[in-house]
Amino acid sequence: MKRPHMKRPAIAAAGLCAAAAGASFLASADAGDEPVFSPKQLADMLHLVMESDRTVYTRVIVNRLTLQDKVITASEHFEDDQALALPAQMFRFGSEMVASKSEDFSYSLQSEWAVNRQNMPRTDAEKTGLAYIAENPGERYYTEEELGGVTYFTAVYPDVAVAPACVSCHNEHPDSPRRDFEIGDVMGGVVIRIPLE
Amino acid sequence: MGLAAILAGRLGGEDRRIFVPGATTDGHYQIEMACTACHTASFASRDDLQAACEGCHADALDAARDSHPKSKFTDPRNADRTALLDARYCVTCHAEHEPAATHSMGLTVPEDFCVLCHAGISDERPTHDGFEFTTCASAGCHNFHDNTALYEDFLLKHAEAPAVVPGGAIPERNFASIARYVETYPIDAYPLAALTAADADAPASAQLSPASAPPRGAGASAAAGFDAALLEWEASAHAANGVNCTACHAGAGAWSARPGYEACGACHAEEAAGFRQGRHGMRGNAAALGVELPPMPVAEARLPMKAEPRDDAVDCGSCHPAHEFDTAFAAVDACLGCHDDEHSLAYPSSPHAEPGSDARAGRVTCATCHMPRVEKSYEWGAYVHVLVQHNQSDGLRPAEKMIRSVCIECHGLGFSIDALADAELTRRNFDAPPGAHVPSIDLAVERRGSAARTTLNHARQGANE
Ligand code: HEC
Repeated sequence: MKRPHMKRPAIAAAGLCAAAAGASFLASADAGDEPVFSPKQLADMLHLVMESDRTVYTRVIVNRLTLQDKVITASEHFEDDQALALPAQMFRFGSEMVASKSEDFSYSLQSEWAVNRQNMPRTDAEKTGLAYIAENPGERYYTEEELGGVTYFTAVYPDVAVAPACVSCHNEHPDSPRRDFEIGDVMGGVVIRIPLE
Repeated sequence: MGLAAILAGRLGGEDRRIFVPGATTDGHYQIEMACTACHTASFASRDDLQAACEGCHADALDAARDSHPKSKFTDPRNADRTALLDARYCVTCHAEHEPAATHSMGLTVPEDFCVLCHAGISDERPTHDGFEFTTCASAGCHNFHDNTALYEDFLLKHAEAPAVVPGGAIPERNFASIARYVETYPIDAYPLAALTAADADAPASAQLSPASAPPRGAGASAAAGFDAALLEWEASAHAANGVNCTACHAGAGAWSARPGYEACGACHAEEAAGFRQGRHGMRGNAAALGVELPPMPVAEARLPMKAEPRDDAVDCGSCHPAHEFDTAFAAVDACLGCHDDEHSLAYPSSPHAEPGSDARAGRVTCATCHMPRVEKSYEWGAYVHVLVQHNQSDGLRPAEKMIRSVCIECHGLGFSIDALADAELTRRNFDAPPGAHVPSIDLAVERRGSAARTTLNHARQGANE
């Protein structure tokens, strides 16, 4: 059997090896249904995809076309302004599309200093989690919480100012409650929820 | 006969009306006999009902960039809000068959429902301090779904626009110039070249048939009727663009004396589809309803209508009678042939009716506002069809929806918002400047000012420097 030419992350490798105890894990119909990942591993993997896509969009699309090539702007009202959607909007549109297709997980981009007040932390887990990642740069926050009668595994990941545009736009946005962001600062967090029952 | 048998016997026909639990809203009463359009199964779940709502209304919400999409309320972080107002379901706010509780826009929740989630708004917007929550959506400032003409940056962008934009005009229709790109257009059979009476391809049998060439007036002959029809056709956009007799009358193969909706829709698909979505044609929307209902006679309309056309059913030909297909007639006279309310009757004395009110088309008509010309882009801009939106209800839910598609072609944003907020003025068909004033632009300027606007532009540049 041909293996994909890529380095498998440790988490995935452990899981796949367990599932592949038999002859061929890909050939077995049941193998794909075996529970392999913990909610935490799952959330970490989902976040890896989100963070990567978000960084790629910011660098390869927004930075390149607005800063380097200067051929287009990025704007909140990208349709009316015939501009690029903001990185945060790209993120939200993806999360809205996921919400329309699945209840297996949900995610959002939030901040204690949100431009859009709807992105302020609301639940206790969000408040504690966002404060924790702001105070402990580089760390993540994991917890469980009950919302609407359902228990969720909730993970909070830091969202860092990776480009000058993050900082300048947020510092100067009329709705921004904080105006002293610097490159490398934690500007907010990605909250991922996975229902446990 | 047992009750069950009586009921069973009645389920099929008109008598189904006995099952309508309470008067149906203005939006749905025309289709209330198609129970299964909404109640898709007996013991249908809330989700089934929701799927039926979305089946007809999802596209319009999407086009409005819905400010409160379902995903906001399915997000677990908003579970507490959803418990207060379960906006995952349309019927939470728009319950059907509850006439006593129904107010504008088919709403059945108290007018101040915004407070449930936005109670703290004045912390974020001190300008809103002291505003009643009954006014959020009724004063012309916000809508629950469609804020495309009301968001703050849009208000600021248009803050200084004059009441009347000099030279304002609606865009020109362009079907002839894009027909070649429309996949279903029969351009091979009917190339876009001007035809004259000599080219007419109606078979001889049709020429003398009173059905396809109705005699004009008492004692007139079918032949004379045919000649008159021929002259009308020759002067029409159809003849000018190669659309011969058989295009409409024999589209399906056999000659049809009175081609209907299907024939028109074969070429004018967008317009026909829009017609089926609006109040004029919704009864015929078999695809959405699951059944084809007979067209509604004018007399059954809830708006005031003239007596004479009471038994007429609305179809394409009602407003576009053959063979002139006179768009000027369709844009005013056709409307006033049926509509008998104050707004319609006041049109002739409205400044909109004055010659020159539209710099290109001559004057602003009923259709200018209620059947606006909208640009639909295909293949990501490969071609753009300026088509007439035949869903005349689209811009009225709520009226602020008209601002972008219509008003700001000729008026400033502030003037438009004020005019639409003045119910009395609307009733009189805009015979004077607006008497109402909606402070939304003032508030935006107060909060952000011109300095703030520079800041925003600077922020945008910051992102692009
Ligand atoms: C051109 C302006 C602009 C740029 C560039 C920008 N943002 Fe934002 N950001 C916004 C706006 C506006 C919102 C609110 C979007 C919404 O409606 O949800 C936002 C939302 C966010 C949020 C959610 C909380 C909030 O403020 O509402 C985070 C976190 C965030 N941005 C971080 C970043 C990071 C990190 C970058 C760089 C990778 C970045 N932003 C780039 C304008 C910008």
